[in-house]
Amino acid sequence: MIMAASQSNGPILRLECLEKRFGGVAALQGIDYEVPGGVIQGVIGPNGAGKTTLFNCISGMIEPSKGRISFEGYRIEGLAPHKIARFGVSRTFQHVALFKKMTVLENVMLGRHPRTRRGFLAAGFRLPGMRAEEEHIRKKAFEYLDFVRLAHLAGLDAGTLPLGKQKMLEIARALATEPRLILLDEPAGGLNMRETEELGDLIQEIKKLCVTVLLVEHDMNLIMDISDRILVLDFGKVLASGTPAEIKENSAVVEAYLGMESGGILM
Amino acid sequence: MGKKNWLILLGTAVFICSFPMLVMKIKAVSHYVDVMVFAGIFTLVCIGLSLLMGYAGQISLAQAAFFGIGAYTSGILTTKFGIDPWIAMPAGMILCGLVAWMIGVPALRLRGHYLAMATLGFGVIVNIVLAEEVNWTGGPSGMADIPTLRIAGYKITSEIAWYYLVWGIVFCALIFCLHMLHSRVGRALRAIHEEEKAAECMGVPTSRYKVRVFMLGAMLAAIAGSLYAHYVTCINPSSFSLMWSIRFMLMAMVGGMHSLWGALVGAVLMTFVGNEWLGMFAEFEILVYGSILLVVALFLPGGIVSLASMIARRRQKRASALEDAGP
Amino acid sequence: MHDFETRPCIGVDFLGTDFFQYAISGLTIGAIYAMVAIGYNAIYSVTEIINFAQGEFVMLGGLFAVFFAGTLRLPLYAAFLCAVVLTGCIGLAMDRLIIERARDTSVLSLIIITLALSIILKGGAMLWWGKDPYSLPPFSAGGPIRIAGAVIQPQALWIIGICALIIVGLTLFFRKSIYGQAMLACANNAGAARLAGIPVGHMVLLSFILSALIGAAAGVIITPVSMMEYDRGALLGLKGFGAAALGGLGQFFGALVAGVILGLAESFCAGYLSSGYKDAVALVVLLLALFLKPEGLFGSGEAARLKKY
Repeated sequence: MIMAASQSNGPILRLECLEKRFGGVAALQGIDYEVPGGVIQGVIGPNGAGKTTLFNCISGMIEPSKGRISFEGYRIEGLAPHKIARFGVSRTFQHVALFKKMTVLENVMLGRHPRTRRGFLAAGFRLPGMRAEEEHIRKKAFEYLDFVRLAHLAGLDAGTLPLGKQKMLEIARALATEPRLILLDEPAGGLNMRETEELGDLIQEIKKLCVTVLLVEHDMNLIMDISDRILVLDFGKVLASGTPAEIKENSAVVEAYLGMESGGILM
Repeated sequence: MGKKNWLILLGTAVFICSFPMLVMKIKAVSHYVDVMVFAGIFTLVCIGLSLLMGYAGQISLAQAAFFGIGAYTSGILTTKFGIDPWIAMPAGMILCGLVAWMIGVPALRLRGHYLAMATLGFGVIVNIVLAEEVNWTGGPSGMADIPTLRIAGYKITSEIAWYYLVWGIVFCALIFCLHMLHSRVGRALRAIHEEEKAAECMGVPTSRYKVRVFMLGAMLAAIAGSLYAHYVTCINPSSFSLMWSIRFMLMAMVGGMHSLWGALVGAVLMTFVGNEWLGMFAEFEILVYGSILLVVALFLPGGIVSLASMIARRRQKRASALEDAGP
Repeated sequence: MHDFETRPCIGVDFLGTDFFQYAISGLTIGAIYAMVAIGYNAIYSVTEIINFAQGEFVMLGGLFAVFFAGTLRLPLYAAFLCAVVLTGCIGLAMDRLIIERARDTSVLSLIIITLALSIILKGGAMLWWGKDPYSLPPFSAGGPIRIAGAVIQPQALWIIGICALIIVGLTLFFRKSIYGQAMLACANNAGAARLAGIPVGHMVLLSFILSALIGAAAGVIITPVSMMEYDRGALLGLKGFGAAALGGLGQFFGALVAGVILGLAESFCAGYLSSGYKDAVALVVLLLALFLKPEGLFGSGEAARLKKY
């Protein structure tokens, strides 16, 4: 399973003066940050800090009020989500957004959409090349299912899976779009310790595929374990950033976040 | 295409092919062939509507307008310009596709009720134009003497010939749509239907696909309109009114808007209800339609087809429960 | 010999008395469209539902008034009140019996439900009153008034006057009354309103009743001028929605301005261009508004676009 290699040498994602206001509420206030390619970038912060808004801006679901988002040097702020997906940015969702009535395999096959072409007419008239493309999509989808170890459940309806496996499926679907940047929105939410460990291993495997990972999480163990760098948000602003070790020592972070964090143990 | 759909297609084809032979023998119901010609034409209109409602989650109240544009395009081109009907038909299709594109692109970026209102307004405008432009359309009294269709020189005049022609076209349309739904595009449409935001983030151009579905529905309605014009040979604006758009929506809803077969079931059922069984209660027609629509929308939004699949699923559950109960 | 103004090449007396005549009739019908638009806004702002049966409220108001005044021979003001109240009851029934049950369903289902309700009301009206148009006597006796060469029916002044009264009443209601402010709170943020103890369900009911009352009033005052029949609701409702969309859904002031614009546009088109196409004018404006500026003249782009997803 070969992912397309990153095109540029600069940061894979650059946020400049990023702002988002909802009416009178400023969800993001002037975020400036760069994410280098090939790392696992953790994003933490108390509830309401703006993490989900940040993800929604990057993936195109919301248009920022001000500022710029550059992916591999290209400006992507304000673009439609499907265009951003085509560029190579994919994501998972905090509340699993699988296509529950479609099978496990079909969910991942859908992820191949931006990398395939045949449209309405080709499908309706069963033009030559359709069958070959379908076969190719199916084969690729199985590869991604193998990667997350769900291939044996390919024929089941996605809605019947337990939560842990649903989260894995969502990651497989996002990977099927062949992203170079993947946004994982609280993937460990609702997982037990064993599942969280497996998730951590999986994310490390993703990093080996040269896919940059942006990871929002509340599980401090997971984040501190696997992240190369951590960005701390608070009230829509950058509170601190650095390696996990640096963040643990940072008194501002400890003060703002540690008191509100439940279930996470800083070591 | 899934095995299940092939079976249903085959079964339906067998039924449709043998229907005239069963019915022509009995004097009292021999006119059912004529009713079924209309049912087939209306099925074409409803297929697009079903796709739009079931997959794009949108309502079009302009299907009667597209139906009318197809009918009048065929009528005008064949009577005033002497153009071959088989060329006028695609012309109507292309015109409707274009118009649908112009309306759909802005309207489908917005929420559900915007397209509903836009198509409502568009439908009424078309109706007004059809009634006003007397020189082109014959005004409120319509136009007559539309030639019937010919295949290889033979005029298609008998009811039975029309029956097989119309239903042949319906099956072609069904096969096209079934192929489409079981492809990459179909997966994308199903994804849009379930989780639109997630689908968009996985690279599916949701607005563009919704517009394409809207266009497909409009073009199918145009074909239906052309067939209608050549079958009844005289048309007037009252057949393409808002009430007809609502009738089409009723057909799609009653049959089941999440399924192509729902369009077929709904169109056939409601055509018979309208033609045969409501005949003496003409004043109640509007009230009855509204009530059926309300009841279906509130209690059985998936229509008759969903009822069938609910029963099938319950039987499956019972069967597997018996299996689990074991020896 | 008189000095005639030079006529423009379309051969019409452009800024003469005709203009004033069309303007007055445009203002009159514009007041009606504004009232229908306000009815849409009342329900939309609290529930985000577009009530496709809004036009039927207008139709029912007019026909009920005909019943009370004609069949029961009540004096006009009593017929007005009874008709409006009765239609309000229908709005109540609509919410309590149907809408309440369906509020959690999809946008699609809600559209179909209100559409079905509009058809049921139309069908019922056809059964009761038949297909004939009915009329009401004008509110005040006396012939047409001549102002600046234009002929104005006194009913037109009643229409504009009552519309203005309703606007003032509504403004006071929303600014001063606790119910009005509660409704606005629901419109702004239903969740927060609920947490603050406002019974959102009651506010929805209130919005339906209010919308029905306003629509019915519009129906009663327009009937002496242009008669009323069972199927008038659809077109009136559609044009009223055009005004609502043009003004910006949920914007009361916008509804007023847009209604007047629409009425004037329609009147001028009927007068100067073609009377056959006059109904199309409002609809074309509706389509242009939806396509070019879906948030309307006074709405916020954010609201229309946020709701895209």
